[in-house]
Amino acid sequence: MKKVLLIAALVVLFAALAACSPAPTPAPTAAPPTTAPQATTAPTTAPTAAATKAATTAPTSAATTAATKAPTTAATTAATTAATSSPTTATKSITFGVVLVGPYNDHGWSEANYIAANYVKQKLPGSDFIYLDKLNPSDRPGTTLEQVVTDMASKGVKLILTTSDDFQTDTTTAAQKHPDLTFINVSGDNAWKDGKNYKGLKNLGNFMGKMEYMKMVAGCAAALTTQTGKIGFLGPLVNDETRRLADSAYLGARYCWTTYAKKDPSALKFDVKWIGYWFNIPGVTLDPTQVANGFYDAGNDVVISGIDTTEALVVAGQRQKQGQKVYALSYDYINGCNEAPDACLGVPYFNWGPRYLKTVRDFAAGTWQPGWYWDGPDWKDINNPDTSAVGFTYGKALSNANKATIQNQFIPGMADGSISLWKGPVTLQDGSTYIAAGSTATDQQIWYMPQLLQGMTGASAPTK
Amino acid sequence: MKAMGERTEPSKGRVEETPRTREGVPAPAQEATARRGAGMWENLAWSIGPILLGLILTTLALLAVGANPVRAYTVMWKGAFGNAAQFSNVVSSWVPLALASVGLLITFTAGLWNIGIEGQIIMGAIFTAWTARTFDWPAEALIPALFISGIIGGAAWALLAGVLKTYGHVHEIFGGLGLNFVATGVTLYLIIGPWKRAGIASTSGTELFRPAAWLPTFPGGMAVGPIEIAVAVVSLVIVYFALRGTLWGLKLKAIGKNIRSAYWIGISTRLHLLGAFALCGAFAGMAGTVQAIGVWHRLIPAISGGYGYLGILVVLLSGFQAAGLAPVAFFFAAVSKGSVALPLDLQLDSSLGGVLQGIIVLLVILSQGVRARVQRAGASARIDSAVLASPVGPTAAPVEANENPPL
Repeated sequence: MKKVLLIAALVVLFAALAACSPAPTPAPTAAPPTTAPQATTAPTTAPTAAATKAATTAPTSAATTAATKAPTTAATTAATTAATSSPTTATKSITFGVVLVGPYNDHGWSEANYIAANYVKQKLPGSDFIYLDKLNPSDRPGTTLEQVVTDMASKGVKLILTTSDDFQTDTTTAAQKHPDLTFINVSGDNAWKDGKNYKGLKNLGNFMGKMEYMKMVAGCAAALTTQTGKIGFLGPLVNDETRRLADSAYLGARYCWTTYAKKDPSALKFDVKWIGYWFNIPGVTLDPTQVANGFYDAGNDVVISGIDTTEALVVAGQRQKQGQKVYALSYDYINGCNEAPDACLGVPYFNWGPRYLKTVRDFAAGTWQPGWYWDGPDWKDINNPDTSAVGFTYGKALSNANKATIQNQFIPGMADGSISLWKGPVTLQDGSTYIAAGSTATDQQIWYMPQLLQGMTGASAPTK
Repeated sequence: MKAMGERTEPSKGRVEETPRTREGVPAPAQEATARRGAGMWENLAWSIGPILLGLILTTLALLAVGANPVRAYTVMWKGAFGNAAQFSNVVSSWVPLALASVGLLITFTAGLWNIGIEGQIIMGAIFTAWTARTFDWPAEALIPALFISGIIGGAAWALLAGVLKTYGHVHEIFGGLGLNFVATGVTLYLIIGPWKRAGIASTSGTELFRPAAWLPTFPGGMAVGPIEIAVAVVSLVIVYFALRGTLWGLKLKAIGKNIRSAYWIGISTRLHLLGAFALCGAFAGMAGTVQAIGVWHRLIPAISGGYGYLGILVVLLSGFQAAGLAPVAFFFAAVSKGSVALPLDLQLDSSLGGVLQGIIVLLVILSQGVRARVQRAGASARIDSAVLASPVGPTAAPVEANENPPL
């Protein structure tokens, strides 16, 4: 009996505590915590915005989200991004949900998405978001996406962005189960009509950035920098997406190695190692720190990171401090070089903001349509925060000469189509021809990349 | 302790020295308090005190990080009970937790620390996954087969720990811990090896099972359905009565109290220990089945959801009583699920829920120890105290957990 009493008491206490708190508390107390993280990210996004284009508008837009001046600043950005905006009446309030696979401050994939959510909040008056980070079975055992969806829905959220390939199956299941909610799976393809995995759901969308181009830039930077001719690629898990990104990096490296450095293509070594997941999970994945160290020990002097987090660059930074001439390229996050600037050749990063903004704005206006978007760079300025879906941050360790080659030859070449690395012949790792000479790969061929390419070493987990 | 004390009475002369108890309080303590006339109120104070203290400490922690505690508790409450779908999430977490706890109660009763329960849940899930992937049967035939597979997998893995213990003299804590790692290793191997998705090498999980292998859920977007709830409730009831009203249960308690005495009065201790392991493994295996076909619909590396370890806390907090398992597991499930709402609303880390759970369990156990000490001191001249302080027996560690106050 004692124990039963104990439990009863416990439940009563819990209930009492809950009952004691009246409804009015939410608004005032909720505000400071939600805006607090904002303050830390605002400075990181604002300077880049200021640096590239809107030196005068960036500070004002940051300061006036709640003020009456908002329409004017919104108008300037809206002009460049979305045609459907109606700045003066865009005060309809909307709260969207964002689910992140890693920590919101991982300096990688998840942080890039978190920044984009904040970008929407700044640019779209009346918009706000709630988010849950670290949704993976290791950080939150027992928490399913389904639970997060019901939790978010209970707060009135109607639009939920799930920002990992790892959420694709559960997002699609959730979309089938909750027809009243709209889902976007970032990086997925279940909403791609011409794709292999189209599900035909009215409340499911996808988008992704054409990171392939920026991975080519990363590969180019690596090939121009390496002294040993050996480049390591620190891969996450193996799937269509990661294969095509690793392949892109290799294509960029091989092009710059042969074209600009004028070296023998067979002298370029490009080794891929996969850790098994998007980031380190002790006991489950390989430790990316160890893998990165292994790369450098094996004579690779540049490592290109393909995972969500910054281990490769951190290791390169440590080794530089010991006097080694080794470098790394980070991934995903615009400020990804900050972990070890002196060892950083650059970061191919996602700029999710514009697509997030368009999606949320359309959804709020009731004009959102299910679809799949694969957004490319703004070739006029790949680092334009309001127009370019992918970009490249040049690292401090990239030499001026190499930077000039990339900036003045390689990128303009890709922009005008004179450099098209998906033009055949493209040969797969097993020796079979994937893209015949003379033809160019289709979106499907690039998206569903079946193998690594000839010239690369590492596991392909081939689809065919 | 109530059920245990009452039922062991017939053999108490030989099996245990502790006299008859009432209302879940060990006889010495009870008599002492009765004599002082404090009775029920003191019991109540000892029960609620640690929980209050736990809440106060958690509240202080919240204040220290600048959060509003009332709001935090409200958010947790709403996260667990805000609407039907959220409540169904709590129940979907309660089911595997209750199954793990009920299994653990059996091994705890036999004086065993079955840390290997995590591995047993995993193995249950692996066997379930194999069946789900192999047989293209309709749901009516497949779902019973899936549960049976889980039972076999969990029981077999537990028996391994049992054999290591009874024949190999490997303490079940070490054997179990080792087997947990092996089970995780097997899962990983299957996920990135033989059961990997076509063209993908990822530790994130296997392909979804086909729909016939999914546990049906209540309509309206609920996370849980009737089958797994029935399985958990029936399991709780069976174990409650088996431990309370059968000779087997009695013998198991005798072993748990003092394995040597139990042996000398003619109980086949080895067989009973192995049986306890196997039964616990069977329930754990079903928890794995529910995780695989009710929650994740595939095999993932962390398929156990940590419910095995959490189940140990549930059993500790329920005072090793079958009747306490369901509500305590429910409280834990509610805190776990409710705490996910914390980051959504307050930017607070949801590990706060774990902190609350941990602190309460710690304080309840601590309070039991303190209480025993206080009362022992109060009645030091009495024979009771001698009984209370009497040595526990050769299998000290596990048996201590089973004895109520002198931890």
